[in-house]
Amino acid sequence: MQKIAIVAYSQSQCVPQAGASNEVELIMPRLQEVYEQAGIRNAQDVDFVCSGSCDYLQGAAFAFVSGVDALGAVPPIKESHVEMDAAWALYESILKIRMGQAESALIYGFGKSSPGELPIVLSQQLDPYYLAPLWVDTVSLAAMQARLMLESGVISESDMAAVVARSRSNALNNPKAQLAAQVSVEELLREEEFVAPLRKHDCCPVSDGASAMIICTAEKAMEWGKPYALISGIDHRIETHNLGMRDLTDSPSTRTAALGAGADSGPIDVAELYAPFSHQEIILSRALGLGDETQINPSGGVLAGNLMMASGLSRIGEVFNRIISGDATRGIAHATSGPCLQHNLVAVIEGAA
Amino acid sequence: MLESEVLSQAFELGFTYTRSTGPIVGRFLTDLKNRKITGIKASDGRVIVPPMEFDPDTAEALSEFVGVGSEGEIVSWCWVARPRDAHPLDKPFAWAMIKLDGADVAMVHCVKAESQNDVATGARVRAVWADETFGMMTDIRWFELL
Repeated sequence: MQKIAIVAYSQSQCVPQAGASNEVELIMPRLQEVYEQAGIRNAQDVDFVCSGSCDYLQGAAFAFVSGVDALGAVPPIKESHVEMDAAWALYESILKIRMGQAESALIYGFGKSSPGELPIVLSQQLDPYYLAPLWVDTVSLAAMQARLMLESGVISESDMAAVVARSRSNALNNPKAQLAAQVSVEELLREEEFVAPLRKHDCCPVSDGASAMIICTAEKAMEWGKPYALISGIDHRIETHNLGMRDLTDSPSTRTAALGAGADSGPIDVAELYAPFSHQEIILSRALGLGDETQINPSGGVLAGNLMMASGLSRIGEVFNRIISGDATRGIAHATSGPCLQHNLVAVIEGAA
Repeated sequence: MLESEVLSQAFELGFTYTRSTGPIVGRFLTDLKNRKITGIKASDGRVIVPPMEFDPDTAEALSEFVGVGSEGEIVSWCWVARPRDAHPLDKPFAWAMIKLDGADVAMVHCVKAESQNDVATGARVRAVWADETFGMMTDIRWFELL
């Protein structure tokens, strides 16, 4: 495939409550930062703009349109939106560039989850006849998935706590993280259960914020003269919405997407995985066949801060940052959507050399 | 001069419309109203409850309904120690994946129990019907342990 260059990325601090700031005010500083990184003035200087957000978080139909105020849509721009994590807005933008309809694109994702009760809000995105009327929340669905893994002997509670301990520790090096600490597995296991078998720390926190990215053709990146990394492959796959028909202890859609993106055609120095629950990081690592040579979630991942609708794009941005800094030469980023890792996207990112 | 009044209004998130449920989902919900649970045969013969309109593996349109039992077995579960306001029970309870007798695929519903020590994978449960049924998933009020 035509390789696509990432030239800029910015994410806000993950905060439990953004207070009086509205969505536009969460987005605007991120846009200013990526404009500056790419050396452009504003959204008029890219060919296409695509955003990812969820109207359920704002509780109003077409709420995402207000986000366009952060761009300034006059003079008219080519603009689109996905009711998904902005990782899928990136996917749409890559298609747009590959089709020759754009050479550059701005992508942003945003979510202010704090005003609502997020697990209950997300329950209304489930099957509208069989699940939504029960108000079964997304934490509970993940807890049943964790029990399937624990009782089949695939993992132990210590394995889950070890994922959390590493996340908290890695997050100490991530100034944008919401939860960072040195904490031992033993300390974590002493905490009370939340939705058993999950403890609160097994679940990602609720965070408000946004992230943004600018991509373009490799030619355009050289013209702009800024450091860039290349997306060499991207693919996404979805499993049935019927939880009872899925093997919840595995993620076949992640495995298929990784193959489609060409993840296996070279070493993987770093992997940023969108695992909202500790046991899901283990499912994803296994599905991707990651070993000791791969650093997993050096940012702390979403257990350290989860910007709904932006965290997937941020995983790609985190790998980009590590390639630009020289910490890694090739990595993969993963984004997820839906209950219990239903829908998964994998991108392969490489140095420009 | 009076201080300006802060305007506020309660907001309830929900589906504020009704929809036709179609011949497959509609059949299941109509049967629930009559206190019966109905599944459907997948392409490979597995019985799916609640019924799906299309086979997730082959995309074949499904149509062969199969009646299943109102008792079954817990496949997985979690314990909600502090129920949320929206939840169907206001005392601690379990969510469970339940494989009903005659079904091959587990469904999600809630299980009423006094303590999480009473709940276990493999435990038998039975549907408890609402006093009045409307043709909705909540016609099964909850499952009780046998």
